[in-house]
Amino acid sequence: MEVRRDVFQAIADPTRRAILLLIAAHSMTPNAIAEEFNTSRQAVSKHIQILTECELVKQEKKGREIYYHINATKMKEIDKWIEQFKRIFETQFNQLDKVLSTIKKQKK
Amino acid sequence: MTSSLLFDFTVDKAAKTVYVNREFDADLSLVWDAFTKQEILDQWWAPHPFVSKTKFMDFKVGGRRFYAMVSPEGQERWAIQRYTSISPKTNFKFFNAFADKDENPELPGSEWDFNFSEQTGADGYQLTKVSVTIYNESLERMERVMDGFREGMAMMMNNLENLLSTSKK
Repeated sequence: MEVRRDVFQAIADPTRRAILLLIAAHSMTPNAIAEEFNTSRQAVSKHIQILTECELVKQEKKGREIYYHINATKMKEIDKWIEQFKRIFETQFNQLDKVLSTIKKQKK
Repeated sequence: MTSSLLFDFTVDKAAKTVYVNREFDADLSLVWDAFTKQEILDQWWAPHPFVSKTKFMDFKVGGRRFYAMVSPEGQERWAIQRYTSISPKTNFKFFNAFADKDENPELPGSEWDFNFSEQTGADGYQLTKVSVTIYNESLERMERVMDGFREGMAMMMNNLENLLSTSKK
């Protein structure tokens, strides 16, 4: 069974958000990322794993090392979704404006 | 009519909550009716080109509204809203879940909280402000639901400008 991670759950965690910010500027190895945090290497690695599963972060092999960098496409998808949700509300409420003005005219 | 009505939309991803504030150029009791009466709701609840079709609506605590968003092709997307709290002309809350045509909810759902208040516009007219808070157990689930709207969205974008200009009289 395929368990799909929730993207929003992934970015709900402060450590994971910090990791995303950290690697936003340039890609980093898991060791370099772990050094930035006071938590254990395993804990950081677990966070990276979750971010990878959600496709928010991508791996890249350079020689022997694995580097992690932000998956800009996925991050944009989130923004796009929010924008669509906003547009639905906008449309609904503009429709309501019309309905209200019609009812007001009928009452007069 | 006032030249610009407040509309703001914010998403707190960490809290999995969406906040929407909107002012309407009408008195509070009319706006309240527009959100709580089936015959008015069906006129605006679905974003064009979708149409809202309410099968039944029992606006009382514990009561439910069972309705569908109908696409231009006639495809129905059902949802159930169960009212959890009502303070007339002030606030109401419902739990929303998408459903199949036989009223079986698909969880998780979302909790919607509507607040109504009277505002005075810049020109002295009475406005009504509606503040909506939506808490989603899973924002990604909503993201998938949104896929269904994607098709209608393209048409909607084209109509949006038109809609905006005609809604102003």
